[in-house]
Amino acid sequence: MTNQSKKPRNIRAQIGMVLNLDKCIGCHTCSITCKNVWTSRKGVEYAWFNNVETKPGVGFPQQWENQDKWNGGWVRKINGKIEPRQGGKHMILRNIFANPDLPSIDDYYEPFDFDYQHLHSAKESKNPPTARPYSVITGERMEKIEGGPNWEEILGTEFSSRSRDVNFDNIQKDMYGEFENTFMMYLPRLCEHCLNPTCVAACPSGSIYKREEDGIVLIDQDKCRGWRMCVSACPYKKIYYNWETGKSEKCTFCYPRIEAGEPTVCSETCVGRIRYLGVLLYDADRIETAASCENEQDLYQQQLDVFLDPNDEDVIAEARAAGIPESWLTAAKESPVYKMAIDWKVAFPLHPEFRTLPMVWYVPPLSPIQSAAENDQIGMDGDIPDVRSLRIPVQYLANLLTAGKEEPVVLGLERMLAMRAYMRSLTVDGVVNTAVLERVGLSQLQVEDMYRYMAIANYEDRFVIPSSHREYASSTFDAYGEQGGCGFSFGSGCSTGNTDTNLFGGNSKPQRGGGIPIKIPIKVEAAK
Amino acid sequence: MDYLNTLLFGYYPYVAISVFFIGSLARYDRDQYTWRTGSSQFLRADELRLGSNLFHIGILLLFVGHFVGLLTPPAVYHALGLSTSAKQILAVVAGGVFGGVCLKGIIILIRRRLTDARIRATSSRMDIFILLLIGVQLALGLLTLPISLYHYDGANMLLLGEWAQRIVTFRSGAADQVSEMGIIFKLHLFLGQTLFLVFPFSRLVHVWSVPLGYVTRPYQVVRRR
Repeated sequence: MTNQSKKPRNIRAQIGMVLNLDKCIGCHTCSITCKNVWTSRKGVEYAWFNNVETKPGVGFPQQWENQDKWNGGWVRKINGKIEPRQGGKHMILRNIFANPDLPSIDDYYEPFDFDYQHLHSAKESKNPPTARPYSVITGERMEKIEGGPNWEEILGTEFSSRSRDVNFDNIQKDMYGEFENTFMMYLPRLCEHCLNPTCVAACPSGSIYKREEDGIVLIDQDKCRGWRMCVSACPYKKIYYNWETGKSEKCTFCYPRIEAGEPTVCSETCVGRIRYLGVLLYDADRIETAASCENEQDLYQQQLDVFLDPNDEDVIAEARAAGIPESWLTAAKESPVYKMAIDWKVAFPLHPEFRTLPMVWYVPPLSPIQSAAENDQIGMDGDIPDVRSLRIPVQYLANLLTAGKEEPVVLGLERMLAMRAYMRSLTVDGVVNTAVLERVGLSQLQVEDMYRYMAIANYEDRFVIPSSHREYASSTFDAYGEQGGCGFSFGSGCSTGNTDTNLFGGNSKPQRGGGIPIKIPIKVEAAK
Repeated sequence: MDYLNTLLFGYYPYVAISVFFIGSLARYDRDQYTWRTGSSQFLRADELRLGSNLFHIGILLLFVGHFVGLLTPPAVYHALGLSTSAKQILAVVAGGVFGGVCLKGIIILIRRRLTDARIRATSSRMDIFILLLIGVQLALGLLTLPISLYHYDGANMLLLGEWAQRIVTFRSGAADQVSEMGIIFKLHLFLGQTLFLVFPFSRLVHVWSVPLGYVTRPYQVVRRR
């Protein structure tokens, strides 16, 4: 043992996610399948646990990345400690009667539906009848829809509005408003299941928690009291206030599926095969140090240092001693997330400067060579084109993924280009081009793995999810205990004291059938 | 009349307090999913910040004032050097100030709840009822102030204190203490007890959940299953 002099590590495991933006086609299948499963209910019509944004743009909800406006995430104090940007515990309690940083539903959009019934019932007229929109909250007609979950689809707003995107910081952005220079990319977003979540820290009730065994961050719906501090605390604005139930809800990382060893719904249904799920081992005692490092631009490296090498014998022994099951340790070695984020360093955390240590990582997209179109020549740097001449400015990607530090993003993009150059030489020319690999510091084995994982992206390679263990998570899912039980439920567990007239002023709840599948009846709206 | 007096101020308090405790317990036990503040700030924030802050600060101070004022035996505050008439002045001034703060807040809250389409549409009948009930109760409380200004001997105040103390210590004759009170006082007492009665069936239960434990809790919460 080489580590005996060191402080023992507090090893935990988490299922992380990587999204390969280079392959995202912006089809929104992830958002739709997620919505169908989780948020097709009254009170959360506006809530998208997963949404896809077109960047550059202000996103959903509007300007979510602008923490000068929302005060989400953490801030480092002069004494080197971190506290939620919206204020420490005393400040949060002082604001409990009205949260000054709470977005309103208009920052998302007023949920609407269309009066389709009118198409059936309209009397004969010269003009064809139309289905006009009405608010799902008030039932009143809306003359004009002012926003939606994907209002900026394919750069669908004027540049002056779109360019409020904070990722334009330190960029001369005006030229990107011109048609010839414009650029865009897709950014699918979900809860980051952070190592240092601000939502958990800001919850006065202590109802939000991180699961020790797989790192999934959940809201205990029974314990949530609706103080709404989490909504403003989350810098990704991925906690949604259910205006019907008065409780907050968030992405669950499809934990019932993860527990069964299956990918999340958004990952499973991704037609571009851009999503990867895998185990990461980390040292929980390093979280606070990492999150409170002085320079924002070091946060990316600091977070990398929190993770542990799943092939290191010491790590394996300590993890075993910490009670992490064997199947998880095996999965950690095969983890596509570890390979992409830590081994190859092609995936990056989203906005590490929020200091939450997010666990959903992104492979930055390549884009066409800008100068090639202009000068009829490609800015080549050896065998691979100069990434600084890509259409999407490197600084923009760096602002998104590494707190503005360009070097890691440049290396990531170069490695992806090197992989293409290497494979092209190999398959077209039959030449093994190791020179290009040396330039970006990759081995042949690594680049062939990269090709397999990122280009071919087999199902088995993308999703390496060990199922939960009885001995590890003792009450995760006990089939015998669940027999005749109520399965997935909101609120009072198996209480059958639910009638149409609820004594306590809540809404009548669906009678719960036995066991899974997850099923929430939808009330059919009366014809308007 | 005597029968009604005994019923409303001798027995009703026990009914109300019993329902208050048992109802809260039952709801906490059976239906925690409905246990929430029921905030509507998300749907319309405009006036809420001012209204909610004023209302909450006002009503909390009023509650503390009533609790201490009614349940402190005269011997105790006399021993602390506070005469009966001085205590009445204190009660009138404090009640007037906090009541004014609370009134300003609740007027804003009632107006937005009744006139804002979004808030109205998402309010339950209980949400509206409880807000109006508190509003009327507050108005009645403020109406007792000018009456109290006619005399500074604190006689009424002593009787009300005696009534409350007899109720909570299970001594007989509580209702007799308030039988000669004016109608405003009696209505205020009645609605005050009614607030306790309906408390468990309204959003007011969030009062029980004041998150004091948050101050001492570590920021991060990790659950082992």
